[in-house]
Amino acid sequence: MTGCSWQVFSDLPFFSVFFVPSVVKGSFAASKKIKDLTQRTQRHREHGEFEAWKRRASLEFFLMTSPYVLATLLFYSVSLALYVWNLREPSRVAGIGATVCLIGALGLHYLALLERSRLIHAVPYDDLFGSLSLFAWLLAATYLVLEAIHRRQAVGPFVLPIVLVVFLLAHASEARPIKAPPAQGPLFAFHVTLNILAYSAFAISFVLSVIFLLQNRRLRDHKLGMVGWRFPALDVLERMTRSSVLIGCGSLAAGMTAGFIWAHRLQGVYWDGDPKVIVTILILAAYIGYTFLAQTAAWRGARASVLCILNFMFVIFSYSIVNRYLSHFHRYF
Amino acid sequence: MEIVLIGLNHRTATVELRERVAFSVEQACEAADQLRSRGILDETLVLSTCNRSELYGVPRELATDSAGAVELFLASFHQLAPADLNGSLYRHRDRSAVDHLFRVAAGLDSMLLGEAEILGQVREAYRIALDHGATGPVLNRMFQGALEVGKRVRNETEIGTRPVSVAFAGVKLAERIFGKLNNHRALIIGAGATSEQVVRHLCDRGVKQLRVLNRTEEHAVDLAARFGGEVIPWENFASALEWPDLIVTSVSGAEPILARAAIERAMGRRGNRALLMIDLGVPRNVAAGVGDLYNTYLYNIDDLTEIVEQNKKARQAEIPRAETIIEEQIEKFMHWQAGVAASAVLGDLRTKLATEREAFLRERLSSISDLSERDRAQVAVLFEEFTDRVVLNPAERLRGIPELRRKLQNLEALRDLFHLDREKP
Repeated sequence: MTGCSWQVFSDLPFFSVFFVPSVVKGSFAASKKIKDLTQRTQRHREHGEFEAWKRRASLEFFLMTSPYVLATLLFYSVSLALYVWNLREPSRVAGIGATVCLIGALGLHYLALLERSRLIHAVPYDDLFGSLSLFAWLLAATYLVLEAIHRRQAVGPFVLPIVLVVFLLAHASEARPIKAPPAQGPLFAFHVTLNILAYSAFAISFVLSVIFLLQNRRLRDHKLGMVGWRFPALDVLERMTRSSVLIGCGSLAAGMTAGFIWAHRLQGVYWDGDPKVIVTILILAAYIGYTFLAQTAAWRGARASVLCILNFMFVIFSYSIVNRYLSHFHRYF
Repeated sequence: MEIVLIGLNHRTATVELRERVAFSVEQACEAADQLRSRGILDETLVLSTCNRSELYGVPRELATDSAGAVELFLASFHQLAPADLNGSLYRHRDRSAVDHLFRVAAGLDSMLLGEAEILGQVREAYRIALDHGATGPVLNRMFQGALEVGKRVRNETEIGTRPVSVAFAGVKLAERIFGKLNNHRALIIGAGATSEQVVRHLCDRGVKQLRVLNRTEEHAVDLAARFGGEVIPWENFASALEWPDLIVTSVSGAEPILARAAIERAMGRRGNRALLMIDLGVPRNVAAGVGDLYNTYLYNIDDLTEIVEQNKKARQAEIPRAETIIEEQIEKFMHWQAGVAASAVLGDLRTKLATEREAFLRERLSSISDLSERDRAQVAVLFEEFTDRVVLNPAERLRGIPELRRKLQNLEALRDLFHLDREKP
C-alpha cells in the first residue's frame, strides 16, 4: 500500500474501525484508475494546486462513482416498492426481496461513500453531501438492525422514503469538501460517526412515533382498515421507540464525550463557545426527559409519542439552522 | 394410476348424516384394511372431521367402477342403505380429487373460510394412515402436497389472519394494542356463553392472568375453574377495575355498569396504562363517554361485528391468491404423477420388446446353421442396440416432457399401440 492510500485510510478511521478494511483495500487496490487519481490528487496537494485540481477531479469522481450511486438509488427504490407491496399484500417473496434489496443498497451505498472519500481525500462528514449520505446510510442500517431484532417489516415503508429523500438531497448538494480545523484522527471520527448514528436512531424513533399515533388513532376510531392489522402492536411500537431513543442517547453521549476530549487536545479547552454544543446537550436532555416521561402516568402513550416527534424537530433544527447559521465549527454534522 | 375420492361435507349433508358417516381413528384403520383386503383400493386414507368424511384411494389397476364400489362400501360400513347417501356424496377423480384435497387443506372448503384447524386435521389423518400402512406412493405424495399447500396459503396470503368471530376479533384487537398477551391481565365481567368464548380465545393466546366477576358467583366459579382464573366478589367491583389491561363485559342490565367516572378513577390509580374494554352486552355495559378517556379503547358489539364483516370480505378477497398457489401445487403433483406413469409404461415396453426380440431371434436364427454361438450373441446385441435406439431412447423422452405425454393422451395411445395392457393378468 502506498503512503498516499495509507493517508486516506488514516483519514477514515470510521471505515477502518467499523467495517472490513482488508476486503475493501483489496478490492480497491485493484482499480488502477482510482489509484492513479488518488496519486495525482496527492501530487496536486503537495504542489499547492489542490483547489483547482479538486474541481477537475470531482468530474472524474462523478463518472467513477455514479454507477454505485445509481445502483444504490435503484436498490433503495426497489426495496421501498417491495416494502410497500408487502404492507398492502403480504407475501413472502416481497418481504424477503425488500430486505435483500435493502442489504444490497446498503452495500452499494457503502462502496459509493468509500470510493468518494478515497477520491477526494475527505471523510464523509467533511461536506453536506457526505454528512447527509452517511446519515441516510446509518438510518437504513439502524432500521435493518431493528427489523432483524423485532422481525417486523411494517415500519420499512415509512423509513425507506426518508432514506431515499436524504440520499437524493445528498446528491443534489454540491460535493465541496471544506476542511474544518484538522478534522482528522480516530477520536474525531468517533465523535462525528457516533453523533450521526444518534441522529439516525432519533429519526427511527420519530418514524415509530408517527406510526404509533396513526395506529392509536385508528384503534380509537375503530377504523383499523387493511394495514391496521399489519402494523406492530402499540406496546411493541412503544418499546421499539424507547430502544431507538436509548441507542440514540447512548451514542450521542459517547459521541459528545469524544468531541470534548478531541477539542481539548486540539485547542486546550473543552468548549470554545460554539452554540452547537449547547443545542446538542439540550437535545440529549430532551430525549433523556422523554425516556423518563414516557413511563409516567401523565405522558405514557400518545403524549410521549408527540414529545418524541417534537424532540426530533429539535434535531432537525440543530442539523440545519444551527449548523448553517449559528455554529462556526460544526458545519455538516 | 387413478385417484378416487368419495365424501360428504357440511354443504352436501345434514349434521345427522355427517354424524352417522363419521370415522373414529379405529374405524378409519378398519375401513382401510377392508378396502384393501376386498381388492377395491390399493391405497386408502380416511379424512373425518365434524364437517366432513372423505375417503381417498388409489384403485387396483384395471378395476372397474372403483368409485361405485367405495360408495357401496361406505354405506355398508356405516350400516346405511345406499339410498341414504344419495344426493349427499360427491365423487372426484384424479385431478379433480387432488384439487378438492388441496382446497380443503387451504381452508377454502371450510365452513369458516381460511380456518386453520383443518390443516391440523389433514395432517393427523395422514399420520394415522401412514402409521397404519394404508397409504402408498401416490397418496403419500398427494397428502404431502396438501400439507405444503395449507402451509403456503397461510404463510403467503391473509386468508386466515383476520378474525371472523366477534370473540376472536376482541382478542385480536387486544393483541393490536398489547402485543403478546402473556404479560397482560384480563377481567371478565359476566359468565355467560359469550364471555366463555372470549375466555377460551384469551387462554389460547396465553393471557397472563384471568379474573371473573359475576353477579351469580357460582357461574363465575364454574368459568374460572374451567380456565384457571380466579373469582372476584361482585362487591369488589370498583377496586377490580384498576388491575386488568383488558375488560370484557357481557352482563344484562338496563343501565351501563361501567360509568365514565369509575373508569376515570381506575385509570388514575393504574397510572394511565392502556386499557381495552370490550363491551359485548346489549344494552351496552359501558357508558359511551368512556372511550374518550386518555389511553382507553372501547369496542362494543356493533364495532366488533363491523370488523368481522370487513374481515370476512378481506378473506374472500384472498381466495384468488390461494387458488393460484393451489393451481401451482396441483401442476407439480400432476407432473410427478405423470412421470411415475411414464416410468411404468416404459418398463412394460422394455419388457415387451425384450420378449419379442428373443422370440424373433430364436425363430429366425434357428434356420441359419453356419453361425457360431459368438455370432448369434453378436446379432442379439445388435438387435438390442437397434431397438433401444429406434424405440426406447425416444420413448424415454416421455418421462421428462409433459407436453409429449399430453399429445399421447396420457400414454394410452402408447399402451394401445404396443398392446401393453392386454397381456396384464
